[in-house]
Amino acid sequence: MRKVAIYGKGGIGKSTTTQNTVAGLAEMGRKVMVVGCDPKADSTRLLLGGLAQKSVLDTLREEGEDVDLDDIRKSGFGGTWNVESGGPEPGVGCAGRGIITSINMLESLGAYEEREGLDYAFYDVLGDVVCGGFAMPIRDGKAEEIYIVCSGEMMAMYAANNICKGIMKYAQSGSVRLGGLICNSRNVDNEREMIQELAKKLGTQMIYFVPRNNDVQRAEINRKTVIEWNPACPQADEYRGLAKAIDSNKMFVIPTPLAIEELEQLLLDYGLMEA
Amino acid sequence: MLLRHTPQEISERSALTINPAKTCQPIGAMYAALGIRGCLPHSHGSQGCCAYHRSTLTRHYKEPISAATSSFTEGASVFGGQANLLQAIDNIFTVYDPEVIAVHTTCLSETIGDDLPQIFDKAHKEKKVPPGKTLIGAPTPSYVGSHVTGFSNMVKAMAAMAEKGERKNGKINIIPGWVEPCDMEEIKRLAALLGVSVNMFPDTSGVLNAPMTGEYRMFPEAGATIADIRDSGNALGTLALGEWCSAEAARLLDSKCKVPCSILDLPFGLSATDRFIDALRTIAGTVVPEEVMVERGRLVDMIADMHQYLYGRKVALVGDPDQLLAMTEFLVSIDMQPIHIVTGTPGKRFEERIAEITAPMGRPVNVRAKGDMFLLHQWIKNEGVDLLIGNTYCKYIARDEDLPLVRWGFPILDRQGHQHFPTVGYRGGLRLLEQMLGALLDRKDRDDPESQFELVL
Repeated sequence: MRKVAIYGKGGIGKSTTTQNTVAGLAEMGRKVMVVGCDPKADSTRLLLGGLAQKSVLDTLREEGEDVDLDDIRKSGFGGTWNVESGGPEPGVGCAGRGIITSINMLESLGAYEEREGLDYAFYDVLGDVVCGGFAMPIRDGKAEEIYIVCSGEMMAMYAANNICKGIMKYAQSGSVRLGGLICNSRNVDNEREMIQELAKKLGTQMIYFVPRNNDVQRAEINRKTVIEWNPACPQADEYRGLAKAIDSNKMFVIPTPLAIEELEQLLLDYGLMEA
Repeated sequence: MLLRHTPQEISERSALTINPAKTCQPIGAMYAALGIRGCLPHSHGSQGCCAYHRSTLTRHYKEPISAATSSFTEGASVFGGQANLLQAIDNIFTVYDPEVIAVHTTCLSETIGDDLPQIFDKAHKEKKVPPGKTLIGAPTPSYVGSHVTGFSNMVKAMAAMAEKGERKNGKINIIPGWVEPCDMEEIKRLAALLGVSVNMFPDTSGVLNAPMTGEYRMFPEAGATIADIRDSGNALGTLALGEWCSAEAARLLDSKCKVPCSILDLPFGLSATDRFIDALRTIAGTVVPEEVMVERGRLVDMIADMHQYLYGRKVALVGDPDQLLAMTEFLVSIDMQPIHIVTGTPGKRFEERIAEITAPMGRPVNVRAKGDMFLLHQWIKNEGVDLLIGNTYCKYIARDEDLPLVRWGFPILDRQGHQHFPTVGYRGGLRLLEQMLGALLDRKDRDDPESQFELVL
């Protein structure tokens, strides 16, 4: 089983990209489990057709420590398993601990065991590796491949670089590796070239360039992944392409994060040449 | 009336525990770690945690408990405890020179999300661990499970050290569960009588019931050695005593090193000891030796002789799951009536098993996992009992309800002997009976009217 974690700046489109890619993998016949590690619990909405499912932590809070696997995972598009870790309401509690608790619980309930026949487990992680809890998916023995969703905007690249620092720390003592950057295009000038260059400097690759397309928004309004909503549209093929690229990816590295000056220079060289 | 505010009427509580029947995970982890020879337990958290855990163990075992701490401050809780732990590892090996440091986490370090394997790896890479020395670690957040869970987690961390070599070592691993040091000794004695060569871990005998020799040794010459624990991967099989305390470690040995395991109840009382002896007999491929048969016979004899004083006596019990299952079975088998049973440790399976064990009594029994002593007290107010069995905290209920109390379990803070006189095995069964009869008959002597006051009982 391949264990994949998706990181990236908040609002960059991690959940959308993850679910659309997972739909592509499911279409290829892969058995996938998606674990949403975001207190907002919106990481599996498209795969479940909008069905708001009870999160692991909600279940834990209401039913105590004796929880069954079937209480917390739901079957979604293409035979995917979907879990929402959940977490506290905004402004209280500790979301990081929530992720630790729910991943430990999934493990002890045997969600990752061979008998489940999973090809992939995807962790969709909220934003940055801000604290120990958000690093849980990249600890040793958990996710082994990381993909960072980014765009050509300064702050998205800055976040990607920062996430690489977190990965580097854990990669030195464990098996976690960076699999590549996924560019979720914002139509920034020279975006493709710039992200390719960033990837190169980080020691990795831009594994796919997902063009901007309003069909993604349309599918979301319909609570569906693009592939489910309109399998024939061009954007569906883009996600199939991304799924295929991840499925056949062989390049896994320990990233080499950039100093902030280097990162700014990159923007000067590419993005803001005319400015 | 120390607990004068305990009302008889029971109302459903979902978010409040009063007088808990459990304590912190690290206390169990620390106790287990002391069963490794040359081990310094280390608490990865603030100093207060470590101080409380040490003093609880000291008050129970009446031995000095050494343990180190990462001494978290505000800074550590913001930036993570890695720097503190690395410094601690360096200091401990330099100053105290233990063979192994057994690190357990705390609520705070778990919430921060400190990753022990990652920090250990860094310590090794930075050469803070001298050659031949060992680090083991167990996650023990106290907001999950109980002290029993912490014990189990640390024992599992020991099992994770097991290595599978070329050939079997001809031994049987015994994971004794959370029992007293003398109980561990007794388990080894029984195994030896049956001619079974055992490798026991953890083993606190000789560590927490050590003699006064006039010389202080920080690390007593006792406990399971690291070499033996590593070698457990080459055993013929594992006997894990107690589902809650020992099963996780046994299953890990099974999945990691293909050492088959049987999970038995803790050998308290007649039937559970029978099953333990039978398991040893089967492994050794022998018959039960005369010496053990004699011990069993003595226990049966006392049960028969004293049946009139035991029959129908109602008992309230509080303690840890593995202990309570075996004790309940014992009480039912001698025609006593355990009617109120509480553990603070979670686990639906506990309530189911108690229901099975008490079914032959043919009457309703109150049982609660994740319960508390307040509930036990309320149950007692609703249906009185003749005897209360549990740890020292029961003395408040015993005083208020004027009940005889047998101290058994953890912690016992106000009486002696539990470290030295085993309650496992047939001889331990005699000890339990002696204590129960002593309490019941003292009460009878106190309460009987002069016309019924008997010289001979």
